[in-house]
Amino acid sequence: MPVLEIKNVSKQFGGLMALNNISFQVETGEIRGLIGPNGAGKSTMFKNIAGFYATTKGEIVYQGQNISGHKPHAIAEMGIVRTFQETTLFQELTVFENVLVGCHIQARSNLFSAIFKLDKPRQNIARDQVLEVLEFMGLSERQEQLASELPLGSQRALAMSIALASKPKLMLMDEPFAGMNPEETLHMMELTRKVQESGMTIILVEHDMKAVMGLCDYLTVLNFGQLLAEGTPAEIRNNDKVIEAYLGGSK
Amino acid sequence: MNSNTQKIVGGSLLLAALIALPHFLKFHHQDLLIFLTINVLAVSSYRIVTLTGEWSLIHAVMMGVGGYTAALLFKYYEVGMWVTLPMAGILTAAVAALLCFPLFRTTQFYFLIGSFAAGEAIRLIWIQFVFPFGGTGGLSGVEPPMVGEIDFMESIPYYYLALSVVLLCLFILYLIENSRIGLTLHAVHWKAALAESVGVDTWRYRSLAFVIGSFFVGIAGALKVHYLGTITPNQFGVGFMVFILIWVIVGGYNKFYGPILGAVVLTLFDESIRGFAEVRPAIYGAVLILSILFLPLGLESIPSKFKAWSGIGKERDPLSLTDK
Ligand SMILES: Nc1ncnc2c1ncn2[C@@H]1O[C@H](COP(=O)(O)OP(=O)(O)OP(=O)(O)O)[C@@H](O)[C@H]1O
Ligand SMILES: [Mg+2]
Repeated sequence: MPVLEIKNVSKQFGGLMALNNISFQVETGEIRGLIGPNGAGKSTMFKNIAGFYATTKGEIVYQGQNISGHKPHAIAEMGIVRTFQETTLFQELTVFENVLVGCHIQARSNLFSAIFKLDKPRQNIARDQVLEVLEFMGLSERQEQLASELPLGSQRALAMSIALASKPKLMLMDEPFAGMNPEETLHMMELTRKVQESGMTIILVEHDMKAVMGLCDYLTVLNFGQLLAEGTPAEIRNNDKVIEAYLGGSK
Repeated sequence: MNSNTQKIVGGSLLLAALIALPHFLKFHHQDLLIFLTINVLAVSSYRIVTLTGEWSLIHAVMMGVGGYTAALLFKYYEVGMWVTLPMAGILTAAVAALLCFPLFRTTQFYFLIGSFAAGEAIRLIWIQFVFPFGGTGGLSGVEPPMVGEIDFMESIPYYYLALSVVLLCLFILYLIENSRIGLTLHAVHWKAALAESVGVDTWRYRSLAFVIGSFFVGIAGALKVHYLGTITPNQFGVGFMVFILIWVIVGGYNKFYGPILGAVVLTLFDESIRGFAEVRPAIYGAVLILSILFLPLGLESIPSKFKAWSGIGKERDPLSLTDK
């Protein structure tokens, strides 16, 4: 059963069709690659799915429910979390606090229980969960550091930790390996696969083709807002239209 | 001595000093002390609004909403202060909750201007509706309570009353700021989009901060009107709002005690230049400019600056910008 169905989605910015009548489906438990040259509309697609942009036309159906038009926080609550293409962290908070904010859905409390500390058990569970995520992502040693003090590779890992802490069912990762060295990228790929094995569905936007080909079960290719091709990594690698788009795009 | 006992000893000493203080002051200064105590609650409650990064210009007017609530309840329903104080908080919070719908459709500059306009509209209502608000002349004859032998019309008993209420309110504000809710408010401030992406309803949290801040400043307004005995629309105009802003900015808004420090230091300073009545605004302006230029993070940043300068062990507050 598809976890996500994109049905004839269009997104227009003034005169620009950033997404033009796109349809595809993502199956539960897969790692789907969403690729394409710069400006193809990949991030725009993510922002539409996550509710940050309102779709101009079409439907986005998640677990059988039309979610287009929902607010970002409501979509997050349903289990879709997105990460950002630009490194986006709470720079002024520590690594630990960053991930703690990520646990919002499970750990939020109301005013009354916050004042009288009735939410203590829930906060303790959240703290344990933060430690677990940090351990998994290899950030335990840095938990007291400010996010702004981390090297770029760790900042990217932290962004992913925040997303993981929200315990999503579907994760939209926008160029998660940008700014990582090859070693870090390999390590993150391994972690990404472990996340998938835990039952999560992942859609990955990434320019690092090695990582994309190595990780993804299936690829969807966009170009100038159009759906160009779909297929397994092997099929896409040999698709003439895709090769053309990538080479042509750099003219 | 560990830091917890240090805190307890320091706190008790401060409390003892606050209790002893009025006995060493002249009548005029006792008056001033009461207003300062109330103003401390006004700036601290403003802080929780600013935690989400939104600066409003309606806080002074919300204090007036609390003040008018107390005055009206006292005059028309003859209820005592024990009722008017909490009711002032609740009604001010309710007005704030209604205002959230139009105001928090916007953020930043537009919110600032929107909040100012909403505040002026409320003041206009006080001026236009002579019944029940008394017009420009406002209301008078609002009295503090009499409990047995203790007459709270006297400065010292009223000071103790105000001090207890303010300390309790500050304690609750402190607990909120250091709870999960405080963390979320910070998150909304620093990266609203990231907070949204993990499920934080930023509109709700901005509104919550505004409602909480208004609740407590409403209580401050009630404390003020019961001591002064009168209330007019002009007490809560843009002039007083500017003072709140100056206190918060000069004191520093990255730590809980920053705005309190600002209110206390500037009130003392104001009193010390009382002799130079004509040039007072100029001096005030100069102080504000100098403090923005040389202490952009406020008075509260002086200790950490000093520590950094003298090389004493680096202590870092994760929620502050001071050590960046
Ligand atoms: N908010 C916006 N307003 C106007 N145009 C936009 C906006 N966001 C994106 N666009 C345009 O939409 C097109 C698609 O942008 P998008 O960011 O989705 O590309 P992308 O595939 O993520 O590219 P990259 O690989 O460079 O990240 C681009 O032409 C871009 O300029
Ligand atoms: Mg992009």
